[in-house]
Amino acid sequence: MFVQIVFYFLAAVLVGAAVMVITARNPVHAALFLVLAFFTSAGIWLLLEAEFLAIVLVLVYVGAVMVLFLFVVMMLDINLAPLREGFIRYLPVGAAVAAIVVVELALVIGVSDFGLESMPAPPAHPADYSNTRELGKLLYTVYVYPFELAGAILLVAIIAAIALTMRRRTGVKTQNPSRQVEVRREDRIRIVQMPAEPRERVDRS
Amino acid sequence: MTPSAFTVPGLLPAAAEIFLLGMACVVLLVDIWLPDRYRRLTCQIAQASLAGALILVLATFPDARATTFAGTFVADPMAAVLKTFLLLVSGFGFFYARVHLEPRGLMRGEYFVLGLFAVLGMMVLVSAGNFLTLYLGLELLSLSLYAMVALDRDSKPGCEAAMKYFVLGALASGMLLYGISMIYGSTGSLDLATVGASISATGDMRLTLVLGLVFVVVGVAFKLGAVPFHMWVPDVYEGAPTPVTLFIATAPKIAAFGMLMRALVDGLGGLAADWSQMLVVLAVLSMAAGNVIAIAQTNIKRMLAYSAIAHVGFVFVGMAPGTPDGYAASMFYVLTYVLMALGGFAMVIWLGRAGHEADLLDDFRGLNDRNPWFAFMMLILMLSMAGVPPFVGFWAKWSVLREAVDAGMIWLAVAAVLFSVVGLFYYLRVVRLMYFESPRDAAPVTAFADMKVVVSVNALAILALGVYPGTLLDLCEAVIGA
Repeated sequence: MFVQIVFYFLAAVLVGAAVMVITARNPVHAALFLVLAFFTSAGIWLLLEAEFLAIVLVLVYVGAVMVLFLFVVMMLDINLAPLREGFIRYLPVGAAVAAIVVVELALVIGVSDFGLESMPAPPAHPADYSNTRELGKLLYTVYVYPFELAGAILLVAIIAAIALTMRRRTGVKTQNPSRQVEVRREDRIRIVQMPAEPRERVDRS
Repeated sequence: MTPSAFTVPGLLPAAAEIFLLGMACVVLLVDIWLPDRYRRLTCQIAQASLAGALILVLATFPDARATTFAGTFVADPMAAVLKTFLLLVSGFGFFYARVHLEPRGLMRGEYFVLGLFAVLGMMVLVSAGNFLTLYLGLELLSLSLYAMVALDRDSKPGCEAAMKYFVLGALASGMLLYGISMIYGSTGSLDLATVGASISATGDMRLTLVLGLVFVVVGVAFKLGAVPFHMWVPDVYEGAPTPVTLFIATAPKIAAFGMLMRALVDGLGGLAADWSQMLVVLAVLSMAAGNVIAIAQTNIKRMLAYSAIAHVGFVFVGMAPGTPDGYAASMFYVLTYVLMALGGFAMVIWLGRAGHEADLLDDFRGLNDRNPWFAFMMLILMLSMAGVPPFVGFWAKWSVLREAVDAGMIWLAVAAVLFSVVGLFYYLRVVRLMYFESPRDAAPVTAFADMKVVVSVNALAILALGVYPGTLLDLCEAVIGA
């Protein structure tokens, strides 16, 4: 009973936050609502006994991805007025398409196939059950091949990003600290002998 | 599973993949320390890695289907043959790339490193035993290709092509994942064999499965470039640097065929009646649009792109009956088409020089006067693509059509023949330009001896396969049946 109350509370907050993400006028607020949405879904995952994934969701998405989002949103000075201009005009069409998609999905993934009867809850695990250990065991034994492939994909992403962005431009002004430190007085100062000249007389009259 | 119950998976079936991954990292590290004048060494090490992987594939050629890594990796004769061709074609592709990149000052080690990773992705794809590895292999391949298209950063068409390819490719990957999630939802497994078994065991949840199937077919059709998911093909072929176009147009087609076999036959074979209809629609649309739009092209890379779309239609014609012989015919078609595409783009590379891309049809005008042997090679390639006997393109079309007729799809075969007659027009136009028009630029076309030898081997292989098609066709039938 308590679990159900927690679930419905989290679910209500999640749906509310998700709606606010797409309706909030200020993009910074929208990003912060997305953070809230991630937090509440992490809570729901905790209810599902997926502790490790819940923590990872908070660490990776809230900690890294959303901070990046916030930076981007703050750095890009987007003028929102033109983006929102056609909202009312396109609302009927958009709503109709959304409704059709929802109905179609409901027909296909309906209660008949995916209801609580056909998908019973798995048995609860004992208290000393370690989610992280089980995941680690699977990841490094059964799924070791996909795991290594994912590593190769990340490597390709790094190579591609560097290959596409790094270039040696000519005429770029850069500093070389070691040369700056090693510099001697003679390199910078030239003492010249100049003949003394009479000072120009200022005419004050 | 307790740790004590864990047995180390057999690494031998995947020896070629492991070797290639290691070598890709070696090439990456070697390339960093190489001065620019030794850049050719990168290419040679990359080609040596492909040769090493080829030897490993042939040395571990399986007699029957075997799996390792808990069923996520399948080694069977079909995968081995596809990998053999993949590695051979990529090796040729690297050679042509060096010929093109070196005089233009574009010789960069990243091309070969990313190429090796793309080949690794293709090999993973053709021996995927699980939807997860299928997807990961596809992403490894696609990510490498996106970066390769954009590698010449100062070229505007190249960057535009890379953007289009990336955005549409990401969309297709999303579609594929969505389909896979539907299939996972209704069968409870990602393992292709388990999915196949549970589809034939129960008729439940058919609607969800077919919905998932639609998205999987869309994803595969996008990667193959079938109409109506072909929008990226002409722009990418035209905009990418020619050696990248050559690479995209050849080896990934073999990998996409492997993906088609794994996802639709191994995994979703129980839904053959459903996907057969989808493939028929895709086949007719591809053959029609590809052959008709190709007539209007003036750029040969774009023309070959539409020709590729049309050829994909023919591959689907062989797949549509859903019989092992049909799959074998499609496999034969893909392997021979890839040889022809390799030769076709090699011709474009040969004809070009630094500062001038010979990618217009007009560049082929009067080629016979400038270099008769070159023109003759191009004649072989064009006639083979058009499906004129005695070249291998004819046997490929013939075997695919025979399977369609045997399965009672007479009207599909008739449509295929009609569209290939339409296709004859634009292939013969190239021949007419070469032999019956006078050249604009009378300078003779020359090349280094190695380029001449490699291109000649490529084109004469098409002639030889056309005279003796039986060996390869029998091989395809044997490995599909195994």
